[in-house]
Amino acid sequence: MFSRAAWSLVLRNRRHGTRGSHGPGGIARGEGKMPPYTNYYAQRSYPMPDEPFCTELSAEQQALKDKEKGSWTQLSHAEKVALYRLQFHETFAEMNRRSNEWKTVVGCVFFFCGFTALLIWWQHVYVFPEKPITLTDEWKARQLQRILDMKGNPVQGLASCWDYEKKQWKK
Amino acid sequence: MASGALMKPQMHGLLVKHLRFHIVGAFIVSLGVAAFYKFVVAEPRKKTYADSYRNYDSMKDFEEMRKAGIFQSAK
Repeated sequence: MFSRAAWSLVLRNRRHGTRGSHGPGGIARGEGKMPPYTNYYAQRSYPMPDEPFCTELSAEQQALKDKEKGSWTQLSHAEKVALYRLQFHETFAEMNRRSNEWKTVVGCVFFFCGFTALLIWWQHVYVFPEKPITLTDEWKARQLQRILDMKGNPVQGLASCWDYEKKQWKK
Repeated sequence: MASGALMKPQMHGLLVKHLRFHIVGAFIVSLGVAAFYKFVVAEPRKKTYADSYRNYDSMKDFEEMRKAGIFQSAK
């Protein structure tokens, strides 16, 4: 399951500039081999690759290709479909079908976020030095008291929330 | 192939249509955002400041600060 997801990710990242005459390489060697078809991958942004889907044709397929060179009105519906399938692997509807890949991606993202959290926790315990004196609670309390004494932002900001008569935060 | 006849799509004037829609929309959105900000943020803030400083006694404020001991030059 993982390898298939990885393969489809690899394929999706191919852009048509990287396609040589051998097509978008990598897939059909192992995964999803369908004889006698070769490497062929079409995507929504590059729907008509240079090479046809089937390059090794049997005798009757070759006969069909020769018939295609004549007038197309003589082709039956089934023959047209067969020619399409020779040229292209999937229809647009099949090519653009949804998949469940997003679940894998989201799951992996969350997994690695969790792993990073573990690393950060370890770092917090074993790497970080002592807190400086200015971050201790006592110092921060004295700092806040000083800001309130100076009436910092008395109209809409911090000191406006402090009740100076009752010496507490305004309700 | 197609069972029913499809409508002919628009062939010309696509950029003009796109520009008109978006220019008008941009005007409306930006004016709307500006008006929203003015009446929801700026005007109330101006009023709050005006109310706060209407009866402001700076000497009393200074005395309170001096008693709190924050000044170095006026103890």
